[in-house]
Amino acid sequence: MPIRVGIPRALLYYYYFPLWQDFLQRLGAEVVVSDLTTKGILTRGVEHCVDEACLPIKLAFGHVKNLVDKKVDAIFLPRMVSVAQGEYICPKFLGFPDMVKQNVPGLPTVIDTAINVRKKQQDIHRFTREVGVHFNKGAVKSWLAYQRSLPIHIRYTKLLEQGHLPDEAVAVLAGKKPKALAETDLKVAVIGHPYNIYDPFISMNLISRLRKSGVKVITADNLTEQMVSQGVKRLPKKLFWTLSRRMTGGALTLHDTNAVDGIIHVAAFACGPDSMTGELIERFIRRDRKVPFMNINLDEHTGEAGVVTRLEAFLDMVRWRRQAV
Amino acid sequence: MKVTFPHMGYMYVSLKGMLEYLGIDVVVPPPCSKRTLNLGVKHSPEFACLPLKLNIGNFIEARELGADTIMMAGGCGPCRFGYYAYVENEILKDLKIDYNLVVMEPPEKHIGELLGRIRKITGNRPWLQVIKALRFGFLKAKAVDEIENLSYQIRPRELVKGTTDRALEKSIDLVNEAATPTALTRALAQAKEVMAAVPADRGRPALKVALIGEIYTLLEPYSNVNIERHLGYLGVEVERAMMLSQWINDHLFMGVVRNLPSSDRFKKVASPYLNHFVGGHGEETVGSAVWYAQQGFAGAIQVLPFTCMPEIVAQSILPKVSENTGMPIMTLIMDEHSGEAGLITRLEAFIDLLQRKHEQKEALTS
Repeated sequence: MPIRVGIPRALLYYYYFPLWQDFLQRLGAEVVVSDLTTKGILTRGVEHCVDEACLPIKLAFGHVKNLVDKKVDAIFLPRMVSVAQGEYICPKFLGFPDMVKQNVPGLPTVIDTAINVRKKQQDIHRFTREVGVHFNKGAVKSWLAYQRSLPIHIRYTKLLEQGHLPDEAVAVLAGKKPKALAETDLKVAVIGHPYNIYDPFISMNLISRLRKSGVKVITADNLTEQMVSQGVKRLPKKLFWTLSRRMTGGALTLHDTNAVDGIIHVAAFACGPDSMTGELIERFIRRDRKVPFMNINLDEHTGEAGVVTRLEAFLDMVRWRRQAV
Repeated sequence: MKVTFPHMGYMYVSLKGMLEYLGIDVVVPPPCSKRTLNLGVKHSPEFACLPLKLNIGNFIEARELGADTIMMAGGCGPCRFGYYAYVENEILKDLKIDYNLVVMEPPEKHIGELLGRIRKITGNRPWLQVIKALRFGFLKAKAVDEIENLSYQIRPRELVKGTTDRALEKSIDLVNEAATPTALTRALAQAKEVMAAVPADRGRPALKVALIGEIYTLLEPYSNVNIERHLGYLGVEVERAMMLSQWINDHLFMGVVRNLPSSDRFKKVASPYLNHFVGGHGEETVGSAVWYAQQGFAGAIQVLPFTCMPEIVAQSILPKVSENTGMPIMTLIMDEHSGEAGLITRLEAFIDLLQRKHEQKEALTS
């Protein structure tokens, strides 16, 4: 019987799921994904996590708990230290496997091998080898499995850059035809961590709401690396958080090139990097008074109605402004 | 050029000593106060951690005294502190406060980058003198730490409440005023005499409690609502896991100064609970809890600013440490709303618990 490995639908799931799924399947695992976020999952997360943690971490706890309830044999929680040279993800990602292990009862095996390419790219070989051990695969076999999975990751990233959202891109990879989108008259950038903006429950359907209102949504993941680095050029020092660098660079490029009619920044309560880069983005954009900007803070208590009202007001304002110009 | 820097407890003694040794004009910001915090809170991002807000307040108040250059440390993540200087600079820019910003970043490519940044402050003064100044600053930090450690032992045993605080203030001033290494040696000896003159019942046993957690909130008394003092008044002997001289030796001098306790002792014992660096001092916090439990401390108190990322990781692991070692650990989160009365109540309750636990143990062993 294959080993059932659970992947929580949280945190970097939105960037790496196709790669991880394919890699684990090639190692002989059966991949189980936690359910779509619900109120119940979030509540379970809040119960097991310290109060002070940020919303995404609490949610991730809920998804881990969901996997525990599904009785998987192992949970895939790589310690995401760094996915780009000289950068980090965030301290909580570094400590996440330990936080889970000390707080969630009844855990199965946790595959918490570190991914750390901060100093050198080759470190990924250690990762593949150590993950392979869990499936009785040797270093070479694991390495080969990983190499064979990489093309999927590249195709996935391409799909994101073409403007697909993560779940759409996953569907396209699975062979489904992309849905045609409705007519749009506005372009709005939604800037936020992938696990905040792409989770329909957490973001309160922000993206589909915008689409229904006739807005073409652009996220920082739809931009190429080149455009991102163009945006962060003006910063005096390299941003050392990978996700925040992408968000900041994306927002500033879209702003500088007048590519969008408005920018919505989505921050999670108590997110450390957001408090810094959100401030930078807001200050840079507000100084020019060129593109309308709105900041939405998410937490486990956010009321949907309030966000809908703000969103409507923002879109009205963007449309009036465009008519006036 | 008038150089200023953010406050962090008695760090100003060391930095001022170092810069004035080189003949550089220094503006020490007024001590952190309600006004500092209000200024900072008004202009900083809401979810930024407390130190950033106090820094902004310090810089605004230092400008009122004529400072024009900020000297700050940097870092390469993942803790937010590494980007503090630049966010603060943008905030000040929007306030039309133009500072010359000099950030001591760890060099990315080669040591020359760092030396170049130091040159921005020191100008053309010879390197030998700069090194001597660094050493002088370090000696001051060490002297201050020595005095602070003395105060931890004396305060719980003082006969008249408040005498230790006055003696501590006087001693720090003595060290602060010393302008040369020889004067410093003399000042330190004098300061120790001042501390020794505090009337106290030196033999009285006292519960030992460790203060662990994030460095800024540990070192800056305003940010931790004078927790050390309040513990002392409750008759508790405090040990602080993080001392300035130790931090300088660990992080700036790469541990060249021997016979100084280093944070490595904490990292070594952290591994069963947290075996990876998480930025800031998260790993050290977990390790220090284990270490102090092994040393037989009655309890530990973790202090951190609200939303501090590395410490939240530590905070979620500490209950397990407490469970396994049997040493009670309390977490205190500091933000702009922390009030003194609430803190005292919580400390009293915690110390009562430790006291009772201690008495039970005594009764069982005697």
